[in-house]
Amino acid sequence: MPNCFKKAWRLLRRLSGDDAYEQYLSHYALKHSGNDEHPLLSKAEFFKQWQDEKWNGIKRCC
Amino acid sequence: MTQLLKIIPWLLIALLGAFALSAIAVNRGENISALWFITAALCVYALAYRFYAAWLAATVLVIDETRATPAERLDNGRDFIPTHKWIVFGHHFAAIAGPGPLVGPTLAAQFGYLPGTLWIILGAVIGGCVQDMVILFLSTRRNARSLGQMARDELGPLGGTAALIGTFTIMIILIAVLGLVVVNAMKHSPWATFTVSATIPIAIIVGVYMRYLRPGQVMEGSLIGVVLLLLSVVAGRFIDANETLRLVFDREGLTLAWWVMAYGFAAAILPVWLLLAPRDYLSTYMKAGTITLLAVAIITLQPTIKMPAITPFIDGTGPIFGGKLFPFVFITIACGAISGFHALIASGTTPKLLSNERDIRMIGYGGMLLESFVAIMAMIAATVLEPGVFFAINSGVGVVGADAATAVAKISSWGYPVTVEHMQLLAKQMGEESLFARTGGAPSLAVGMASIFGSAFGESLLALWYHFAIMFEAIFILTTLDAGTRVGRFMLQDILGNIWPKMGETSWTPSVILTSALVVSGWGYFLYIGVIDPNGGVNILWPLFGIANQMLAAIALCVATGILIKSGKQKYAWVTGLPLTWLIIITSTAAYQKITSTDIRIGFFAAANDLSDKLAAGSLSVEKAHIAPQLIFNLQFDAWLTVFFISLLWLIVFDMLRVAVRTLNGQPVLPLTESPHSPSRLVEDWVRD
Repeated sequence: MPNCFKKAWRLLRRLSGDDAYEQYLSHYALKHSGNDEHPLLSKAEFFKQWQDEKWNGIKRCC
Repeated sequence: MTQLLKIIPWLLIALLGAFALSAIAVNRGENISALWFITAALCVYALAYRFYAAWLAATVLVIDETRATPAERLDNGRDFIPTHKWIVFGHHFAAIAGPGPLVGPTLAAQFGYLPGTLWIILGAVIGGCVQDMVILFLSTRRNARSLGQMARDELGPLGGTAALIGTFTIMIILIAVLGLVVVNAMKHSPWATFTVSATIPIAIIVGVYMRYLRPGQVMEGSLIGVVLLLLSVVAGRFIDANETLRLVFDREGLTLAWWVMAYGFAAAILPVWLLLAPRDYLSTYMKAGTITLLAVAIITLQPTIKMPAITPFIDGTGPIFGGKLFPFVFITIACGAISGFHALIASGTTPKLLSNERDIRMIGYGGMLLESFVAIMAMIAATVLEPGVFFAINSGVGVVGADAATAVAKISSWGYPVTVEHMQLLAKQMGEESLFARTGGAPSLAVGMASIFGSAFGESLLALWYHFAIMFEAIFILTTLDAGTRVGRFMLQDILGNIWPKMGETSWTPSVILTSALVVSGWGYFLYIGVIDPNGGVNILWPLFGIANQMLAAIALCVATGILIKSGKQKYAWVTGLPLTWLIIITSTAAYQKITSTDIRIGFFAAANDLSDKLAAGSLSVEKAHIAPQLIFNLQFDAWLTVFFISLLWLIVFDMLRVAVRTLNGQPVLPLTESPHSPSRLVEDWVRD
């Protein structure tokens, strides 16, 4: 049962973008670690960019 | 034997669905339970998803599970991210489901419950779901390109330009009509106006919280916002009860329209984190919560449908909007059955998240099924009202008269009895001054939802539920409004950038202000005319929006049909060709009637001529004579706009046919732009999420 709650919680966090920074960190560790071209962003910096990018296009419909 | 065991449940579902559908269809004069609607819809959806969608995926599109999607190939940890299918489903559904499927069915209920319900169910499984799924597939195979880009790449520059212009104009009309719905819901309702206004500072608080106080803590911020929103609904009651404060929020439609325009302009130029993004979080939670609550309430309470299956208004004399059942029920219910706007989400946005082509069926086809189900619930909420009450709320003063006694006499004379006392009692229960002529669909939907919720949670809370429902509708209408204005601004900057590159810089302040002002004045014009129109405005704007939205769907289906033929799948081109043909028939018929009809309630030119004759003869009241020139100009403008829409549609249809004929004759056409196959390396291991 606790496993089920954990799953639901993860789903909710992923859906809302609550864990976007964690996703970015794991992507960074995988693809860009030790790369000087892409310095690691802080949570606040990342969130700023992520939010601006997210709303750059048609995201909501009738 | 096992084969048989697999088939039996589906046979039972088919039987149950057929039984439910016939129960809805043949019922005459008796009250019918809403459960039949739910049953019929769910059975048809299940069968369509299990068989038709599976066949589309396997045979027509030939989904390839081993092929890497753009999300995998172009993974950048931001917008291109391979994502679990339920998450993508959530994002996709949140993006496609707006106020459209709630308003359309409410208005179309003037024909009775049957025509709208059948169109919502069948239109979705044969048209809307297919469009969403095929476009999602095509965009996924083309590096998540947008509909406009695909039209340009596959059909040619003509198709691409038509798609771009179509998208821009539909956006303008859509925002105007949604703005009108909100204005009509707030007009002379201090409670509703307060609650809706409160969503702005609440969104700002949440925005600041997520940006500066606790950066990136989306869930915390949203939770605070939702609590504040619910409090604002309760607080509205005290504002309404306070003699001085209520005056601040008790406003004319026109004043509110100016407020909405100012809001739209501010939202388009302010940074997204401050207003747009936090408001969107709130509206998404509200939407998900309220729709679930409504579904649970309808299933457990099984309210009785009071509206007849078919009303006499199918002959075109309906009070909410003019026009016969064919083609206007198909125009009025756009979202919920088939919506061209979805093609913009299914191309570009959603494919960037798709981790495997296998998920296309569930997200494209399944997402639209859920939207169709929302439309069915809106239809139920509209038809559980006494028909007399429904017509009293939704008929404009231009149709039934401004005086309550005249209005009830007129509505009762149609065979839908209603009394002034009943309407007054209902208004009092809902915490409103009056519920007469509250056009636009939002108030009647809110009364319907309040009565469903009220019977579940107690009648004493009716007023709270009503204002909760109004807030719920308003918050995501405003989200569409601000997101739409912003997108319109970007599109306009993009177009103007071709002429003067400096204008194309999205962060150059003069360009931002100029293009935002242009977009706002575009929809603001229609909103203004809609508000001063004595017939409520929605009767003009909603059909215009429906025609525009169906036209966009036709453009999307043209692109899809063209690509199917180009890929050598002409045998299956009917899967998109059939809904396309139907859309061409209904939009062309509707446009033809809107332009040429001599009935002043349908034909734009007829209405303009009638009004100018009356103005010349001096038979209009002083007040009406004052606004008549603007109304005349607008009616003529709307007529030309319709001509423009329909020409655009036929232009792209011929462009698609040209490409199809050339392909079939073996003549050269633009090459397919499908990206080459590269094997997927993603392991099916979502535990790591």
